[in-house]
Amino acid sequence: MTNPTTRSGALLKTYSIVLFFLALKAAGNSAMAWGMKQVPEKMSMNPALYLRAMLNPFVALGILALILALLTRMALFSLADLSFVLPVTAVGYVIAVFLGKVFLHETVTHQRWLGTLLIFAGAALVGSTARNTTQGNTT
Amino acid sequence: MRWVLVAAMVFATVLGDLLQSHEMKRAGEQSVSARGFARLLHVIAQRRLLILGIACNAVSFFSFMALVQTEPLSFAVPASSASFVLETLLAKFVLHERLGARRTAGALAVLAGVVLVGG
Repeated sequence: MTNPTTRSGALLKTYSIVLFFLALKAAGNSAMAWGMKQVPEKMSMNPALYLRAMLNPFVALGILALILALLTRMALFSLADLSFVLPVTAVGYVIAVFLGKVFLHETVTHQRWLGTLLIFAGAALVGSTARNTTQGNTT
Repeated sequence: MRWVLVAAMVFATVLGDLLQSHEMKRAGEQSVSARGFARLLHVIAQRRLLILGIACNAVSFFSFMALVQTEPLSFAVPASSASFVLETLLAKFVLHERLGARRTAGALAVLAGVVLVGG
């Protein structure tokens, strides 16, 4: 793996999968939250209620997106360390704050903005390290 | 009750991610095209520890749902970030990942950020 083209190709693949995961997770959570607001019954320990909630098309779409997000994250684990994937995908929190602000008109406190800034900075720092340190592959 | 749910959630998250990370690295590079997903499902079907890892995800998901029904998100989200600390430590000592100063500093910044966003 010393060929620079292969190395940058692998890096590009890793980041494409990170972006794909973040998009699926954000879309899944949003669709699920939107759909659950339309479901009249309050959830309890009764599994039948959850099954009925899944009949809502937004909930169903949300679950599908979240299942794909889970599979995408597993593919990511095949390419990068756990200690790389966790901080880098924490950018999802930043996306959630942003979506809440833009679409749900939530107020974002200074504390939250500082938090998102720290997540971004930390993820960028981790993202600049070798993504796989256990297989003699230091890209 | 809240701490029982937090413990269940954190333990399930940590175990699930460790199992998935360990097994996926052994399974070799995967992709996320339609064929990639089909191949990945095949890999999952052949590895019991991966299925156990996914089951842990489910336990973690439902514990979180139960937690947010009774507790505010500002408690649930920072509480769930406890798994972040444990997982990073176990990634070093169990999975033998090399953390280095830069990755450790980045992980700490992310952790502080998650606590601030949730709190």
